[in-house]
Amino acid sequence: MPSLQDLAFLGISAFTLASAAGVAFSRKVLYSAFSLLGTFAGAAGLFVLLSSDFIAVTQVLIYVGGILVLIVFAVMLTNKIGDVKLSNQSVNYKVAVPFAAAIAILLISILTSGMWVQKDEAYTSMIVPIGNALLQDYLLPFEIVSIVLLGALVGAMVIVRREVK
Amino acid sequence: MVSLNSYLVVTAILFALGLYNVMTRKNAVGLLMGVELILNAASINFVAFSHFNGNHVGGNVFSLFLIVLAAAEAAVALAIVVSLYKQFGTINADEADSLKG
Amino acid sequence: MGFAKIAFGLVHLVPLLPLLGAMINGFLTYSGRKVPKGFTAFVACGSLFLAFLISVGTFLYVSGLPEESRELTVTLFPWIDSGSFKADVAFLIDPLSITLMLVVTGVGSLIHLYSVGYMSHDESFSRYFTYLNLFCFAMLTLIMGANVPMMFIGWEGVGLCSYLLIGFWFTDKEKATAGMKAFVVNRIGDFAFIVGFLLLYWTLQSSGAATVTFTEMRDAAPMLAGKTWNGVPVVMLVTLLFFVGATGKSAQIPLYVWLPDAMAGPTPVSALIHAATMVTAGVYMIGRTSFLYSMAPETRMIVSTIGFATAIFSALIAFAQNDIKKVLAYSTVSQLGFMFGAMGTGAYHAGIFHLVTHAFFKACLFLGSGSVIHAMGGEQDIQKMGGLRKYMPVTYKTFLIATLAIAGIFPLAGFFSKDEILWQTFNHYPWLWVVGVVSAAGTAIYMFRMVTLTFFGECRADEHTKHHLHESPASMTIPLVVLAALSIAGGFLGVPDSLGHLIGWEHSNLLEHWLEPVFVMPREHAMASHSTEYGLMAFSLAVAIVGCYAGYVLFSKRKDIPAALVARFPAIHRAMQNKFYVDEIYQFLFVNNLLRLNNFLAKFDLKVVDGIVNLVGFLTKVSAYISGAFDRIFVDGLVNLVGNAARWGGSALRRVQSGQIQTYLYYAVGGVLLVMLYRLL
Repeated sequence: MPSLQDLAFLGISAFTLASAAGVAFSRKVLYSAFSLLGTFAGAAGLFVLLSSDFIAVTQVLIYVGGILVLIVFAVMLTNKIGDVKLSNQSVNYKVAVPFAAAIAILLISILTSGMWVQKDEAYTSMIVPIGNALLQDYLLPFEIVSIVLLGALVGAMVIVRREVK
Repeated sequence: MVSLNSYLVVTAILFALGLYNVMTRKNAVGLLMGVELILNAASINFVAFSHFNGNHVGGNVFSLFLIVLAAAEAAVALAIVVSLYKQFGTINADEADSLKG
Repeated sequence: MGFAKIAFGLVHLVPLLPLLGAMINGFLTYSGRKVPKGFTAFVACGSLFLAFLISVGTFLYVSGLPEESRELTVTLFPWIDSGSFKADVAFLIDPLSITLMLVVTGVGSLIHLYSVGYMSHDESFSRYFTYLNLFCFAMLTLIMGANVPMMFIGWEGVGLCSYLLIGFWFTDKEKATAGMKAFVVNRIGDFAFIVGFLLLYWTLQSSGAATVTFTEMRDAAPMLAGKTWNGVPVVMLVTLLFFVGATGKSAQIPLYVWLPDAMAGPTPVSALIHAATMVTAGVYMIGRTSFLYSMAPETRMIVSTIGFATAIFSALIAFAQNDIKKVLAYSTVSQLGFMFGAMGTGAYHAGIFHLVTHAFFKACLFLGSGSVIHAMGGEQDIQKMGGLRKYMPVTYKTFLIATLAIAGIFPLAGFFSKDEILWQTFNHYPWLWVVGVVSAAGTAIYMFRMVTLTFFGECRADEHTKHHLHESPASMTIPLVVLAALSIAGGFLGVPDSLGHLIGWEHSNLLEHWLEPVFVMPREHAMASHSTEYGLMAFSLAVAIVGCYAGYVLFSKRKDIPAALVARFPAIHRAMQNKFYVDEIYQFLFVNNLLRLNNFLAKFDLKVVDGIVNLVGFLTKVSAYISGAFDRIFVDGLVNLVGNAARWGGSALRRVQSGQIQTYLYYAVGGVLLVMLYRLL
C-alpha cells in the first residue's frame, strides 16, 4: 500500500516530467514558456518532499517570479508584435533523440547502480541551518555569489544598452 | 517506498529532456529554457542527496547558490539574446555563426 | 742631452716623415690642383730635413749610452702574428742603422735641395718629389726595420721607387724600358732574397727558434752550425741566396746590367738612389746579417771574388764610355764591388766605411755631372765638353775634390776607406788584393779622363750651347759644396789605428769602434805587421797619384797614346765601348729564351688552361642544373607536401568549427557518452 508520501512523489514527479516534456516538445515558444512554469512548480513540490522548505520557496520566488517573467519578456522583445508565428521549431531531432535517450539511460543505470549511503529521512525545517551555514561556513561563497550577481546585473545592462555617441 | 534512486531517476529524465531541448531548439530563448531544466534537475539532485544524508545543510546551500547563478545566467543570457536580435535581426542560434571556421 | 732624448723618442718618425711628405705631395698631385712649387719643395725637403735632425739627435742619444746597450728596438704595433711567425712593425736602432740613417737623411736632404733647382723647369715637379720622398721612406724602412719582413718591405719599396724614377720621363720609350729592365733584374735578386729568408726561417723554426727579428736571429745563429740541406750547409746556402739578392740590388756581376741603364732617370735620382743609398742596400744587408756571413767562409770568399771581379770589369768598361753619367754609373758598380770585396773579408766595418764615404763623393760627382748637364742643355757626351772649369768654377772645384777622393788621394775620404779595404783584402785573399789595386789604378785613370775631357782643354761644344754656359743656382751649388767638404772630411771617421797611433791618436778608427758591437766577426785572422800596412798604403797612394796623373796626361797632352792603343787593338776597344756585349749576351741567352717561353706559356694558357677552366665551368653548370632540378622536384616537393598537408588538414578540420553552438554541444555530449560507456564497460 503506497503511502501518501509516495503518492505525492509520484504525482508531483509525473507533473514535473510532463511539463518538462511540454517544454521540450511544444511547437511554439510561448507554450514552452508556460510549460516551464509547470516544471518549476513541480520542482518546488519535489523540494518540499525533500524537506527543503526554504529552497522550495526560493524556487517559486526566483524562478517563477523572476526568471520565467524574464524569459517571457525576452520572447516578446525578440519577436515583432503581431507576428503570430512565434515558432519554436526543433531541428536535428533524429540525432538528438538517440543522444538524449542514451544519456538518460546511461545516467539512470549509473546512478541506480551506486551504493549510496542513506541515513534517516526525518522532516525538519531547514531554514535555521541554512541561515547559520550561509553566515558561517559558506560566508565567502555567499559574498562571492553576491558580487557575481551584481556583475551579472551590470553586465546585462551593458550588453543591451544603446550605444551613446 | 520513495528512495534516493527514485529521485535520481526523475532528475535524470528531467536532465535528458533539458538536454534534448538544448540540442534541438533553433530559438535562442527556447534553448535557454532547456538550460533551466538542466539546472533544475541538478538542483533537485543536490537537495535529494542532502536529504537522504540526514538533511545535511550543504546540498541546500548549494542549490541556493545554483538558483542565484541561474538567475544571473538568465539575466546575462537574455541580454545577449536581445543584443543578438539587434545585431542579426533574428534569434535563431544556427544563423548566428560568425565564428564559423 | 734633452734634445737627444726627445729626438730618440721621435725616432719612429724618421721613416714616417718622408712618407707623410710623399702622401701630401702625392695627393696634391693626384687631385690635379695647382700647387706652388715652393710648397711642394718645402714639404719634401722639410720632411726629410726634420728626419735628419731626429737622426742626429738619435745618434747623440745612442752614442751617450754604454756600448753594450746600444741596441734599441722601437716597436710600433704588431704586424703579422701567424702561428710561430711573428713580425712587428718595429725599428732597430743600433750603430749600423744610425750610420745609414744619417747618410740617407743627410745626403738625401742635400739631394732634395739640389733637385729643387735641377727640376725647377719640369712639369712633373710634384710627382718627382712624391717619388723621391717615398723612396726615402722605403730606404729608411729597409735600414731601420728590426726584422726581415720589414727590411723586405723597404727592399721592395726602394725597387719600386727606383723603377718609378728611372722611368720618370716615361714618354721616352727608351727610358721607360730602362726602368722596366731595372725592375725585372731586381726581381731575380729579390726572389733569391726571399727564398733565402724562407730557408733561414724554416731552418730556425725546425731548430726551435722561430724568429724573424735580426737580434733574435743573431742569438739563435749558433744553432745553425752543422745544419745541412741536401748535404749543403744551410748557412752557406742562405748567405749565398742573400748575396744573390744583394747582387741584384747592388748591381754586381751578373746582375749589374740594369744600373748603367738606370742613368735614364733624372740626375739627382742617379745620385741619391743609384749611387749613394739604394745600391748600397746589398752591402748593408750583408752587414746586418754578418752573424750568418761570419759562419760561412766559403760564401765570403765568393762575395769577395765577385766584388773584385765586378770592380775591375766595370772599371774596364768605364774607360771607353763617353756618356758622363755612364762613366759614373760604371764607377759606382766598381766601387760597390770594392764594398763587397770588403764584406767578403769579414771586415764589415770597412765595407760600411766605404759605403759612407762613397755616398759623399759619388753623390757629389753625380750632382756635379747634373750641374754640368744642366748647363750644357742636356748634353751628356764628354767628347763634346771641355774647358768647363772657366764657366762653372764651383762645380769644377767640387767635382775635382770628389774625383780625388774616389781616386784615393791622401787625405781625402776615399783614401782611408779604400785603403782599409785593400789592407783587409791583402790579409785574407792576397791575389784579390792585386785585382783591387789594379781596379783602384783604373778608377784613378778613367775618373781623370772624365775630369780632363770635361773641365780642361778647349771647349768642344757648339756656339749656341757655349753661349748659355753658366754656373748653376745656389740651391744646386750648396749641396755640392757640402758634399765636397764631406768628401774631404769623411775619411777621418776611419783613420786606421796604425796611422792614428803615429800621431798619438789612439783608437782613431772611430767608425770601426762605433760599429763594433753590431757585427759578429769571423774567427780572428792573422794580420800582417804595421810596417807592411804602411808599405801598402804608400804603394796604393803612389798608384793612385800615378793613375791620376796618367789620366790627366793621356787625355790632354798625349792624346796620341790612347788613339794609338785604340788603333792597335780595335776589337778590344769596341768590346769595351759595347760593355763587353754583356747586354747582348743576356739578350741572346736569357731574354729571348724567356720571351719564347713566355709566348709558349701564353699559348699554353690560352689553349690548355683556358680549356680546363672552361671545362670545369661547363661541368659546374651541368652539376648545378642537376642539383637545381633535384632541388625543384624533390626538396621543393617535400616542402610543398608539408605545407599542403597543413592546408588540407586545416580545411578538413575547419568544418568542425561550424559556429553553431549545438554542434559543439553534440561533441560535448558525445564525449560524455564515451566517458560513461568506458566507465560502464
